[in-house]
Amino acid sequence: MHKFLIRSFVSSLVLLFTLTVAAVAKDVKAAFVYIGPTGDHGWTYQHDVGRKAVEAAGFKTTYVEGVPESADAERVLRQLANSGHDIIFTTSFGYMNPTNKVAKEFPNVKFEHATGYKREHPNVATYAARFYEGRTILGTIAGTMTKSNVIGYVASFPIPEVIRGINSFTLAAQKVNPNIKTKIVWAFTWYDPGKEAEAAKALIDQGADVIAQHTDSTAIVQMAEKAGVYAFGQASDMDKFAPKAVLTSVENNWGPYYVDRVKAVANGTWNQKDTWHGIGDGMVVISGLDSQMPSDLQAKVKKLQADLASGKVHSFTGPIYDQKGNLMVAEGKTADDGMLAGMMTYVKGVEGDIPK
Amino acid sequence: MIVDVNFVGLIIASIMASAVPLILASCGELITERSGVLNLGVEGMMIIGAISGFALMTVTGSLIIAVFGAMLAGVLISTIFAFLTQTLITNHVATGLALTIFGIGISAMIGKNFVGIPGKEFPVLFEGLKDTIPLLSPILFGHSIVFYFAFALPFITSYFLKKTKIGLIVRAVGDSPESASNQGINVRFVRYACILYGGAMCGLAGAYLSMIYTPQWIENMTGGRGWIALALVVFSTWNPIKILIGAMIFGGLTIIQFHMQAIGVRIPVQFLTALPYIVTIIVLVVISRDSRKIRLSTPSSLGKSFHKDN
Repeated sequence: MHKFLIRSFVSSLVLLFTLTVAAVAKDVKAAFVYIGPTGDHGWTYQHDVGRKAVEAAGFKTTYVEGVPESADAERVLRQLANSGHDIIFTTSFGYMNPTNKVAKEFPNVKFEHATGYKREHPNVATYAARFYEGRTILGTIAGTMTKSNVIGYVASFPIPEVIRGINSFTLAAQKVNPNIKTKIVWAFTWYDPGKEAEAAKALIDQGADVIAQHTDSTAIVQMAEKAGVYAFGQASDMDKFAPKAVLTSVENNWGPYYVDRVKAVANGTWNQKDTWHGIGDGMVVISGLDSQMPSDLQAKVKKLQADLASGKVHSFTGPIYDQKGNLMVAEGKTADDGMLAGMMTYVKGVEGDIPK
Repeated sequence: MIVDVNFVGLIIASIMASAVPLILASCGELITERSGVLNLGVEGMMIIGAISGFALMTVTGSLIIAVFGAMLAGVLISTIFAFLTQTLITNHVATGLALTIFGIGISAMIGKNFVGIPGKEFPVLFEGLKDTIPLLSPILFGHSIVFYFAFALPFITSYFLKKTKIGLIVRAVGDSPESASNQGINVRFVRYACILYGGAMCGLAGAYLSMIYTPQWIENMTGGRGWIALALVVFSTWNPIKILIGAMIFGGLTIIQFHMQAIGVRIPVQFLTALPYIVTIIVLVVISRDSRKIRLSTPSSLGKSFHKDN
């Protein structure tokens, strides 16, 4: 009996020692906060693909899905910071204030906020992707493939990110086809398949034969497939939802950045910064081009992709005029990041007004 | 000119397609409410129908099994509600709200494995006649069987309530369960049946969304349509024909506001987005302002529990 007690005492001591050692040599743990379910396509799914890349690189990760952009977000962030996570990625614009608020309480935890601009504390960094570069490519394809010269665009909310996309798309389409008109419909949702399908249907009924979208569901490409018009995938490759309609997709690729930043925490080289990566850095990826596109267009798109990546071509190269004909960017100049970040005016050629 | 006429036809057809889930769910809930039961779980039953239909379609590959399975799922989940409110005499409002929350949660759980799978094509009827008559062709032909059923349902429901004996029994139970019970009607049985029927219709409405309207599964894809269906029942003053009108106005304004945007009409978009809600309520209130008729068609014991043991 005594022997047994001693043995178990010793073995628990050994166990305790091992645990302590494990705790001292602890790995960097990363957490991810998502606005929606991880699913199989779309905004959150792409962030989760990035998280899996971090796991593959040998780090432990945690994620919380479907976190509302409210006081709930703060609660989740606090819990993650309290439970030993060293770096937390908050992957929706609405987490901006909760991220900064909680970051103040946990100066030793690094916070990374996607698509925001507030870095109120030294442990908050921000990152976003230059999706507008992808839309330059979509605009080029749309302007070439349209026969009716009417291009439909289902938009979500009037914020600079969306306006910038509409402008970049329209400028590129005009460049290859000066006769096109871009019709915008605001759905006032990021994710409501019924509404998105209705918006797309309205545009198609009004003669649009190419539909672009800045909302997240696959309802629009499916509607395009049904109606026999072209469309583009958003955030993920949506080809399997509408093989005939989808010409290509603009994919969000966060993996390399996430791995980079988690490694930086492990090496102690993490620093506060604002990252805005595009096609060149691989954060924006163009999916395979559909075979319905003529080969000269495919070649043109590939070259444009390479030029955007190398910086030889900029999506916003002057002269660019706004709807009233005022010069926005002078000939030979390109729009700077400040202008892009706050872009709230349509360029010439876009129909209608921005909802206020 | 022909082009314009067809354009109008196309718009009307899309309005009708968007009204289908509202009509189905409202007509189902109408029968439930006419029997004196207020089931606020419409949204929950719809979303259960949506995931069940989509899941069964993906797993079995049979559209018929999927459609009937979705209705059965609606029946099953409404059985929970019926058992709680009729057998255990719980509060209708609280139980209905719980049913919606439960439905949204469990559908998300079941749906985990079905996200990101493209749906199947649902067969449409009379496709060949699509270009025969200007204006009317796109409205009349080339729709799914559920579409035609939805537009027949308000008339069937109206006939059932007004002209059939069973309809009369349902109304009697909803107006005065005590008197009905004294007449030898099994109130609890009638209410059970009406609740389960409502569940089946809500299940079908959900399946229409996930299998026909936007063939895919997405968490929360009913997007509040269950609540709109509930409101339609009340604002139509429990009249199935007015439900049809209300659903068409609601669907119509949602779609017309997109068209107005695309044409470039200079009205604030936020106003256009709110328009369907405002106008539907105003129109239904105006067409049902006869207070005598409201009293006649409102189930007097709506939402009240009936205690007598049968």
